[in-house]
Amino acid sequence: MIVSYFVPPAQSWKDDFAIWFEILAAFAFVLGAGNLLKMHLQKVSSRQAGWGFSVITIVAFLVTLVVGLGKVGVNPNAAFPEYAWSGNKMEPGSSWFWYIFEYVYLPLAATMFALLAFFIASAAFRAFRAKNIEAILLLGTAFIVLIGRTYAGIILTDWLPEPLRFDRLTEFIMDVFNSAGNRAIMIGISLGIVSLSLKILMGVDRSYLGSEE
Amino acid sequence: MNRSTIISMLLILLGGGFLIFRTSTGRMGQSYARVIQINAEDSLQKQLEDLDDKIAQQTDKQSKASQDIKASRDRLEQRINSVKGQSWETRTLVAPRHRGEENVDFNWPMTIGLWVSAFGMIAILSFLFQDNILYKISEAILIGVSAAYAMVLGFWDGIVGILFVKLTPGIVRETVIPATPLEAEPNWIYLVPLILSGMLLMRLSPTGNWIARWPLAFFIGLTAGFRLVGFLEADFVHQIQATIVPLVVLEADDTINFGATLKNILTVLTVFCVLIYFFFSIEHEGVVGGIAKLGIGFLMITFGAGFGYTVMGRIALIAERMSVLFDDWLWLIDPTAKRLGLF
Amino acid sequence: MFVFFRDLDRRWIFLAMFLAIAIPLLIGIRFPEEPSQMVRNVYQEIDQLEEGADILLAFDFDPASQGELQPMAAAFTRHCALKKHKLYFMTLWPTGVPMIEQNIRILTTEFPEYKYGTDYVNLGYKPGMEVVIQSIVSEGNLQELFTTDNAGTSLKSHPMTEKLGDILKMNLIVNVSAGTPGAKEWVQYAATPFNLNMVAGTTGVGAPALYPYIPKQLRGILGAIKAAAEYEQAMIEKFPDLKENKDAQEGLRRMGPQLVAHLLIIGLIVVGNIIFFVDRRRGTTS
Repeated sequence: MIVSYFVPPAQSWKDDFAIWFEILAAFAFVLGAGNLLKMHLQKVSSRQAGWGFSVITIVAFLVTLVVGLGKVGVNPNAAFPEYAWSGNKMEPGSSWFWYIFEYVYLPLAATMFALLAFFIASAAFRAFRAKNIEAILLLGTAFIVLIGRTYAGIILTDWLPEPLRFDRLTEFIMDVFNSAGNRAIMIGISLGIVSLSLKILMGVDRSYLGSEE
Repeated sequence: MNRSTIISMLLILLGGGFLIFRTSTGRMGQSYARVIQINAEDSLQKQLEDLDDKIAQQTDKQSKASQDIKASRDRLEQRINSVKGQSWETRTLVAPRHRGEENVDFNWPMTIGLWVSAFGMIAILSFLFQDNILYKISEAILIGVSAAYAMVLGFWDGIVGILFVKLTPGIVRETVIPATPLEAEPNWIYLVPLILSGMLLMRLSPTGNWIARWPLAFFIGLTAGFRLVGFLEADFVHQIQATIVPLVVLEADDTINFGATLKNILTVLTVFCVLIYFFFSIEHEGVVGGIAKLGIGFLMITFGAGFGYTVMGRIALIAERMSVLFDDWLWLIDPTAKRLGLF
Repeated sequence: MFVFFRDLDRRWIFLAMFLAIAIPLLIGIRFPEEPSQMVRNVYQEIDQLEEGADILLAFDFDPASQGELQPMAAAFTRHCALKKHKLYFMTLWPTGVPMIEQNIRILTTEFPEYKYGTDYVNLGYKPGMEVVIQSIVSEGNLQELFTTDNAGTSLKSHPMTEKLGDILKMNLIVNVSAGTPGAKEWVQYAATPFNLNMVAGTTGVGAPALYPYIPKQLRGILGAIKAAAEYEQAMIEKFPDLKENKDAQEGLRRMGPQLVAHLLIIGLIVVGNIIFFVDRRRGTTS
C-alpha cells in the first residue's frame, strides 16, 4: 500500500489487493457466523445454563440464513425474468428475508439500542456528581449543551446578550473547545495508530496472530 | 405473590384489554399493500423498444457500438419467446388512507409482521421493569438473525458479487447475476483470495488455527498500510495545519476582529494544553503541571459537550421507537396523516 | 421525601423518562427551529450546486441508529431531488441497504419524475469497510468492484453509470454515518487526499469527534436530531410547499419529546447532586 504511493505501477497492485481484502472481508462474515454457531452449539451440547436460548439463537440464525441464501419468495429481476434467481434478495413485500429484516431485526435492534436512553437517565441521577472542579466543568458544559440544543435554550436565555444565549454558547463550545479538544485527542490517536501500523508492518508487533511477542 | 408480580400481571391485563378493545373495533395494527402485476413479456418488450430507440439514434450504423446494440437487440428478441405468459405480483406497503383505492388490499403477512415487531419491541422494553424470559428470547433471536443477515449480505454482495463474478463469470451470468458483462473472462488470479479465504475459515477448526495466520497477516498488513497513510495525512498533518492560525485576526481596515481572535487563541491554547497533558515523557510538575491541569479542564469541557450530544442521541432513538408504536401499530397518533379521513 | 429520592427505585426514573417522551408525542408538541450557522453551511453545500450535479449519498447506518439518522438522510435525499441533482446511493454497512431503500421510496412517491438509472442509482453494499472507499477513489476502478447495482442490473446499462469509473467526479459526498466505517473514513480516504467536497450527518455520539475536520476536510456536519430538525426548517424556508408535506418534518416533530427529556435529565442530575451533598453533609457517605 505504502509502496504504491511512491511507485505508480504499484497502484494496480493496490487496487487488486483492495479487492482481495473485500473478498476476505465477506468471508470474515462467514467466519463470524460460524464462530457464533460453534459457541452456541457447544453451549447446547454441554447443557450450560441458558442453553434453551442458544437453541433459539441457532434456529433464528438457520432460518434467516436459509431464507436469505435461498432468496425465498424473491421474484426475478424484471430485466431478466427467465432467471429465477436474479431478483433482489431484499425485495419488499415478497422476499422472506425482507420480512425478517423489516419485522424482526429492525424493531428488535432499534429498541435494544433505544433502551440506553433509560439507563442514561438512571446514570444521570446516580452517577454524575459535581464533586470537584473537573466534574463541575463537565456537568456545566453538558447543561449548556442539553438546553442549548433544544428550543428551551432560546426561551430560557433570550434575555441574555446574543453571544451568551445558550444556543449560541453551545455553538461556540462545539466550534472552539470541543473542536480543539478533539483535535488534540485526534493527533494523539493518529500518532498511536501510525506507530502501531509501523510496528505491525515491520513485524515488531505480531500479537494479532496470537503469539506472545 | 410479590409486588413486582402483581404489577406485571396488572400491566399485562390492562394492556391486553386495551389491545382487544382496539382490535375488535378495527382501529389499530392493520397494514395495506399496493399490488402490481408484472408481466415478463411486457418488461422485455419495453427494453426492446429502448434498444430500437438507441439504434435509431446511431448515426453510423456500421460502427462497433451500433453493431453491439443490434446484437443485444437480437438476443433480447429471442428471450421474449421464452418468457411468454410469465408474470408475478409485487407488493408495496402503503398508508391505510389508501384503502379502497384500486389494487390496494389489506395485507395479512405485513399485518402479522407489524404485530410481531410490536410484541418484539415490548418484549425488549419489558427489560426495564425486570429481566424476564420474553426479553431473553428476543435477545437470542436478534443475535441469531443479525449474524445470519451479515453472512447473507457477505455471501451475495461479496462472495458472489465480487469473487464468483471474477472467477466464474459464465456461471454467474447464467444463474444469479445475468447482467455480468458478456466480455468478462475467468480471472484465475482470484484463486489466491479464494485460497486465503479458505485458510481464514480454518480458524473454525480446532487444529487449523495456525493456517489462518496467513490470511490474517494479509488482512492486518493491508489495514495497517491503509491506516498509516490515512491517519498521518487526515488526522495528523491536516490537524497541525488547522491549528496554525493567526492569534490576532485583523479586518480589512486593520482593526482587530475580537471574536475571531478569541476563537483562534482559545483553539490554539486548548490544543496545546491538552497535548501537554497527553505528553507523559516529562513530569507534570511546575509550569508543565499547571498547563496539564488546564488541559484536563479543557478536556472536561470537551467531554461535557460529548455527553450532552450523547444524551440527545439516545433520547432520539427511544422517541422514534415510541412514535412507531403509537403511530403504525396503536394508531393513537397520526402525525403524517397516514389514516386521514379513515379513523 | 428525602429518603424516597435517596433510595429511589430506578424504575421510577424509567417511568419518568417514558412519560417525558410519550406525553409530548401523544399531544404533538412542536417548537419553532432556527437553523444554526453549521446547518446553514451544510445546506448551502447542496443548494449552491448547479442542477444535475453528481452527489454520492453514502448512507452508513443501521436500524439501531435510524431514529437519529433517518430524518437527516431523508432531508438530504429530498433536498437533492428538489435541486434535481443526480444521486448515487451506496453503503459500507450491510444493514445500510434497507436504509437506502427507505430513502429511495421518498423519490418514488414524492418525485415521480425521477427515473432510476437516469436520475438516481443504488450501488448497494460491498464488504471491506473503508477499503471499499480506497477501491472506488482509484481512477477507473469502480466497476471492477461494482459490476451491477443493488438490484443486479449492469451499471453499463444505466445512462448515469455507463461511464462511471470512480467517485472522483462527484461534486459532493453526503455521508450519513453511525460509526465505523463512516464519516471519519470518508474524510480520511476520499475527502482529504482527493480534495473532494463532503458534508456529513452523524449521531450525537459521533458528531463531536468530527468537528476538527471542519471546515477544510469536511464542509459541515449535522449532529443528531436537532440538526436534522434545523435542516428541515432551512428547507421549508426555501421550499414553502414542504410545509404541507408532513413526512418532511420528522425531525421538527421529534424536538418536542427531545426538549422535555433533556429537561428531565437535567432535573435528575440536579436532584441526584442535591441528595449527594445533603447526604454527605449528614455524614452518611464519605
